[in-house]
Amino acid sequence: MISRRDFLQVSMAASALVGASGFGNWSRLAAQQRLTQDQLLEFDSFGNVTLIHMCDLHAQLKPIWFREPEINLGVGENKGLVPHITGADFRRLYGIEDGSPSHYALTYNDFSALAHSYGKMGGLDRVSTVVKAIRAERPGALLLDAGDTWHGSYGCYHTQGQDVVNAMNLLEPDAMTFHWEFTLGSERLRELVNGLPFAALGQNIFDAEWDEPTEEFPPYTFFERGGAKIAVIGQAFPYMPIANPGWMFPEYSFGIRDQRMQEMVDEVRAKGADVVVCLSHNGFDVDRKMAGVVNGIDVILSGHTHDALPEPVIVNDTVIVASGSNGKFISRVDLDVQNGQMLGFRHKLIPIFSDVIEADPEMAAQIDADRAPYEDKLTEVIGQSEDLLYRRGNFNGTWDDLICQALLSERDAEIAMSPGVRWGPSILPGADITREDIWNVTSMTYPKAYRTEMTGEYIKVVMEDVADNLFNPDPYYQQGGDMVRVGGMGYRIDVSKPQGERISNLTLLATGEAIDPERSYVVAGWASVNEGTEGPDIWDVVEAHIAKQGTVSTPPNTSVEVVGA
Amino acid sequence: MDITRRETLALAAGAALLTVLPFRASASIDDLINEFTGGAEIGEGGLELTAPEIAENGNTVPIEVSAPGATAIEVYAAGNPTPPVATFNFGPLAARQSASTRIRLSGTQDVIAVAKMADGSFVRATKEVKVTIGGCGG
Repeated sequence: MISRRDFLQVSMAASALVGASGFGNWSRLAAQQRLTQDQLLEFDSFGNVTLIHMCDLHAQLKPIWFREPEINLGVGENKGLVPHITGADFRRLYGIEDGSPSHYALTYNDFSALAHSYGKMGGLDRVSTVVKAIRAERPGALLLDAGDTWHGSYGCYHTQGQDVVNAMNLLEPDAMTFHWEFTLGSERLRELVNGLPFAALGQNIFDAEWDEPTEEFPPYTFFERGGAKIAVIGQAFPYMPIANPGWMFPEYSFGIRDQRMQEMVDEVRAKGADVVVCLSHNGFDVDRKMAGVVNGIDVILSGHTHDALPEPVIVNDTVIVASGSNGKFISRVDLDVQNGQMLGFRHKLIPIFSDVIEADPEMAAQIDADRAPYEDKLTEVIGQSEDLLYRRGNFNGTWDDLICQALLSERDAEIAMSPGVRWGPSILPGADITREDIWNVTSMTYPKAYRTEMTGEYIKVVMEDVADNLFNPDPYYQQGGDMVRVGGMGYRIDVSKPQGERISNLTLLATGEAIDPERSYVVAGWASVNEGTEGPDIWDVVEAHIAKQGTVSTPPNTSVEVVGA
Repeated sequence: MDITRRETLALAAGAALLTVLPFRASASIDDLINEFTGGAEIGEGGLELTAPEIAENGNTVPIEVSAPGATAIEVYAAGNPTPPVATFNFGPLAARQSASTRIRLSGTQDVIAVAKMADGSFVRATKEVKVTIGGCGG
């Protein structure tokens, strides 16, 4: 393993760019209980342009607990590369001290214990304080939101995204791109987008009927800052109608469309752009590949796969920045742009420690005002959890184990399936589970908990299909979620094999018998992309289950055997 | 929509079973291409085939072919029951030797384009298009 210093020098030499990352300076101070807001914000201003990146808020307006993944495997050329490094290996790579705040913020180990020391993270009122401080120092700093913002909470669902839009507009973003926002339905989405005081971008958002660019979502926009002309090109999530219900936004088509991305880069350069920024919801591995294919992008602000990286990754002279999820982090990137060239950058991933960073009162009041009508519903305690409830990880997490238990018992099924989404905060051991907590891991506009029969053969097809979305060696064929979570059934997966050969040893846990390809099994699940799916809402299923149990426990899950990693 | 969940699931199943084994160019595809080329050697480059990596709808997949200087371009869906899907001929007055259309794909497979150039040589481009039952993007 190369040291962090070597790693930095290698990447700098390879890129011919002068860059620096301001990470790590504060970790020791924090360990001495002297972490302050000033230290978190400390940044030696650089160059003439400042970008602020946020992504994947998933409507978490209040501070949350969020445990990062233990298992996040890379395949093909991405095997062993960030963001596919977790836990102690991640800390060694970036020189993070064990037990430090960044250990807590960026890795999974000892999460529950460290959570008590360092407190919740995120909260848009804290983010607002940081954004205002940066703009006070660097007026005109561009705030760029890579999407997955208007989705993922009780309030967001009941206001059809309005509570998040109201809060985000106070932050005065300069541009945004999209993913889950489309699941509000295209009519509601257009209504919200039409009212935005900033640019809604997507060079890959096309009219489905004519396969032509849409007028509602322009490909790029320009800004003049610090004497430089900055082009920001938007890239929405490429696989929305496949990973999410296309019938909710049938007018639109997406795709990676990297050839058009190159055309757009060439076009903005021809129009005099000094620096080209891509605001992307591709996911990290797709962005890394695209950076190698498309020439002339200076910075990719990358969202979708929820990775938080303390240092940017540089590919083909493109600096790729990833800023985590659920409001835990934002990134500040300062650029030195002269005569049509980016000469250097300075970067810092800023962790939003909610006990350290003060809440911005104006933002806090806005959030609370939209929250007030629902406060009683949100704070109602449904039960308690004995164990840490978390979601992130390629194969399972205790939150989805619990959701699968709920599906098995409430829907009287043999096998349960829960989608491998990456959003949803954590619950600490011994803590209350409120209705808000349940909605934070289930809220969506296609929540029906179906109950159906599937043959053993079809179950295998489903598992293989989802596994290929995650482990296809070519990132352009990946969709950026995690593996479907399964209850009542165990399996073995070889992530190095091609589609059709990854999944084996399918076992019905209730009997210990192998899944019979010919037999039909009763399967319960939720978040089907098919129109007309029937059943109760998943949050009601989970709430009923937790209420009956009182205190829930999630024993260690050993039903998935992973090989080939 | 009045299509039931059971029907949509069944439809999805029908589409999905075909995805188990991706179809690759087979001997019969080579025969079909040989019919077009007369057995001539096929080079690479000069022909651009644009298609989505993952189809949003396998029943109507937008593709585009472009080969400056070509007189004809043939498109094959290697895994379809009837692989030849389109032939584009370009006359001497054609302003651009490119064309776009939509094709139907029965499952994950290679789409192959072969262009006949003005000098009688041939070039080929291939792109894998995945047809999936859909997952759960983060």
